[in-house]
Amino acid sequence: MNLATDLIHAGAEIFLLVMVSIILIADLFVTGRSKMFTYLLVQLTLLGCALITVSTHEPGVAVTAFNGMFVDDLMADVLKLLSYLAVSALLIYSRGYLLARGLFSGEFMVLTLFALLGMMVMISACNFVTLYIGLELLALSLYALVALQRDSAVATEAAMKYFVLGALASGLLLYGMSMLYGATGTLDIYKMSVAIELGVNNKALLVFGLVFIVAGLAFKLGVVPFHMWVPDVYHGAPTAMTMLISTAPKLAAFAFTMRILADGLQPLMIHWSGMLVILAMLSIALGNVAAIAQTNLKRMFAYSTIAHMGFLLLGVLSGGIEGYGSAMFYAVVYVLMSMGGFGMILLLSREGFEADKLSDFKGLNQRSPWLAFMMLLLMFAMAGVPPTVGFYAKFAVLEAVVQTGHIPLAIFAVMFSLIGAFFYLRIVKLMYFDTPESHEPINMQPDTALLISINSIAVLLLGILPGTLMSVCAVSVQQSLLLH
Amino acid sequence: MIFGLPALSVAIWLPIIFGLLVMATGDDRNAPLARIIALVGAVLGFLVTIPLYIGFDKASSAMQFVEMKDWIVRFHIHYYLGVDGISVLFVMLNSLFTAIVVIAGWKVIEKRVAQYMAAFLIMSGMINGVFAALDAVLFYVFWEAMLIPMFVIIGVWGGANRVYSSIKFFLYTLFGSLLMLVALLYLYLQSNGSFNILDYHQMPIPMEAQTLVFLAFLIAFAVKVPMFPVHTWLPDAHVDAPTGGSVILAAIMLKIGAYGFLRFSLPITPDASHAMAGMMITLSLIAVVYIGLVALTQTDMKKLVAYSSISHMGFVTLGFFIFNTYGVEGALVQMISHGFVSGALFLCIGVLYDRMHTRRISDYGGVANTMPVFAAFFMLFAMANSGLPGTSGFVGEFMVILGAIKTNFWYAFMAATALVFGAAYTLWMYKRVIFGAIANERVASLKDLSLRESFILGLLAVAVLGMGVYPLPITEIMHASVNDLLVHVARSKL
Repeated sequence: MNLATDLIHAGAEIFLLVMVSIILIADLFVTGRSKMFTYLLVQLTLLGCALITVSTHEPGVAVTAFNGMFVDDLMADVLKLLSYLAVSALLIYSRGYLLARGLFSGEFMVLTLFALLGMMVMISACNFVTLYIGLELLALSLYALVALQRDSAVATEAAMKYFVLGALASGLLLYGMSMLYGATGTLDIYKMSVAIELGVNNKALLVFGLVFIVAGLAFKLGVVPFHMWVPDVYHGAPTAMTMLISTAPKLAAFAFTMRILADGLQPLMIHWSGMLVILAMLSIALGNVAAIAQTNLKRMFAYSTIAHMGFLLLGVLSGGIEGYGSAMFYAVVYVLMSMGGFGMILLLSREGFEADKLSDFKGLNQRSPWLAFMMLLLMFAMAGVPPTVGFYAKFAVLEAVVQTGHIPLAIFAVMFSLIGAFFYLRIVKLMYFDTPESHEPINMQPDTALLISINSIAVLLLGILPGTLMSVCAVSVQQSLLLH
Repeated sequence: MIFGLPALSVAIWLPIIFGLLVMATGDDRNAPLARIIALVGAVLGFLVTIPLYIGFDKASSAMQFVEMKDWIVRFHIHYYLGVDGISVLFVMLNSLFTAIVVIAGWKVIEKRVAQYMAAFLIMSGMINGVFAALDAVLFYVFWEAMLIPMFVIIGVWGGANRVYSSIKFFLYTLFGSLLMLVALLYLYLQSNGSFNILDYHQMPIPMEAQTLVFLAFLIAFAVKVPMFPVHTWLPDAHVDAPTGGSVILAAIMLKIGAYGFLRFSLPITPDASHAMAGMMITLSLIAVVYIGLVALTQTDMKKLVAYSSISHMGFVTLGFFIFNTYGVEGALVQMISHGFVSGALFLCIGVLYDRMHTRRISDYGGVANTMPVFAAFFMLFAMANSGLPGTSGFVGEFMVILGAIKTNFWYAFMAATALVFGAAYTLWMYKRVIFGAIANERVASLKDLSLRESFILGLLAVAVLGMGVYPLPITEIMHASVNDLLVHVARSKL
């Protein structure tokens, strides 16, 4: 491997880093509140990243670079492209919201791009060191973003909670990693799996390390019983930051889980799948039940995220191409739905009004039938009702679960999604059956209005023709496993 | 083929496309336009199902008008459509009722007209999809998707307690379907990766698994039928639904549950069906007798007809689980007849409600004096509901009782009591509402049927009488398929 090819495979990351530095400096010279120049530059950067990722993709093979620190495979490229899309959509959705609150600053955009860089490194990491660097880059940017609204007590509190618990989780992960290193003598994910298969002397150390790794992962994914930060952070952070936390990083978190558990610790699957069963069951149960009691939409989405992550783990713990493929599909679909859900809150908010209470959605059908219909699609998608794509996400996961013979687990999951259906239905009920509390006109920017329509219609169209995306996920996962 | 397009796809997608068009007309300023597009869509939607009947090969029990395309390759899911002698009738019935509902809601619905009409058209396409789907996932998608428009219909245009009823309706049915989904996934793995329903019909399944699959299907279908004891959502949903919603619910949606038994439970798990027949017959008889008695005590007309529906659907499930030609064919005739009769009864109640805004029986009396034409129509449908010979209601019930006698005299005896109760609650209600002295001023000022109302009730009256006098066009088309089904059910799959 020579340096030139290595650099090409990490081209998108390098380009992004260079551009972030340029934007950071250029932004100093951009005056005015709208920051239009910086904004456009950021969108162009994302486009550039996408072009580089597509053009450096080598079909059919997974390439490792920098002595196995970094991997460029189909899964990485697909997830990266989706992350660019998600971040780009996030910027479009949140521009109006942030402008109204004076938060649409260079720092916001630079931190978002740094978070994206962290995600990209995580997605392509093939060594515990790179994984950790990516994770911390993402996490630190997110802490700062949550605290960006520094005169808001709730946001500061949320940032503090997020930071303390996030740091704890990172500590757990690091501790677990060091134990695994002690047991196997390597930090390289693929070498580690070979070493474990050949047999290690200190099995107890290995499994002990695994427990810490799983706990750290659970913290980052926000699954029960490591979920305490999720509702508070979702609720406290400005909606745009909540949207960022709940969308693209989940793709990176999925990649992270895949690389560590499915690639590196595959030989220990018998151990970790049992832990994941408990985490998944608790998350699905608690997420769906606790969401019912919420009156704040952001908090409700937080609990619904917990439940969705439980479903994602169900896919992961089923293993095999079916299981991992379904988990990846679930992650992608979740990001799409969550994007729309938070997008709707951002769209309805205006200066001094957050639109994050359930009652703010009352009678939306009378104020704007089109937006209400879009939200209806999103809610039924989250509830997993066909013909929306949310159904196929659950369907694929359940298929994988049934295939491994865990039929009671599948029944458990569907029964709790029945409970979950209730609080999504309640939103539809508020929008369609109730009368509005205010008749304040909704001032939509044309770009956000178009985006929310595309977003929701994608939920419907992917529900009618989900085949391609499902196959892409299956093929990506298959390739990533072949490398191993 | 219609206009070079496959007939079943047209029957499914034409109403949905028209529904989207109607929705696109926007708010109530364009209501007249929305009504006209909806009417055109609904009538066209019915007309395109006529070639299905004309072109149907009555001698064959095979699936006809078959279409098959790859859909989700990864899970071997196909866009696979086809109808046999059983499902073709329901596709037609549903398309006819959609047109009736659009006409019935023409004047009555004044707020959010476009959304109302669109919901019915879209739902109509989805229901046709349920009856025509031969791929289990396709079936499931249509089956669940049709809940969404119905949920909105009850919740937006419904009565006082609409929110409670709509959520209860949705969660009840979702509960049933989710278990069915798990059963379908199990079958998928057992059949080595096929979601083809016809493959499941041939596939051997061990007894224990058959029992579990049967139970999972039972919960899904029993909720939909609805069977005792999971029937409690229906009276609520009916009472709070707008007239159109009640009509589709009674005439079509309940039939989907019963259809599920014929398409899934009986042929896929024949041994479990035989083993559980005793329980199924008992539940059916409880529905027939007990719910019949419950209907007798109702003070709300809609609730009364809703309970009467549950009782009549008890006949249908009874007919299925006595496993002979009379039973199954009788049950099918009963399903179609009940579609016409209950649909018509709900329309009649709607006619009264639109004028008086009450459904309490005690608010009425002497309506015959002010609405003689209406009273005549109502009389016919009430008689049909109590199973008078010469109406469609008699044929189905008579055939089921005939079938039941062959199996066990007491089944038939119990079922026959329903005829007595049916006559009792229907005619008693009729007497209190229609006859006697004019009860109050509001009754005195009632106006008789408009042309539009006479037209739809007249259409249904012809159907009810026609089926009662000459049911052959309906029985001959289902005959081959029913016989094939019975041969199938008699064969063990262990």
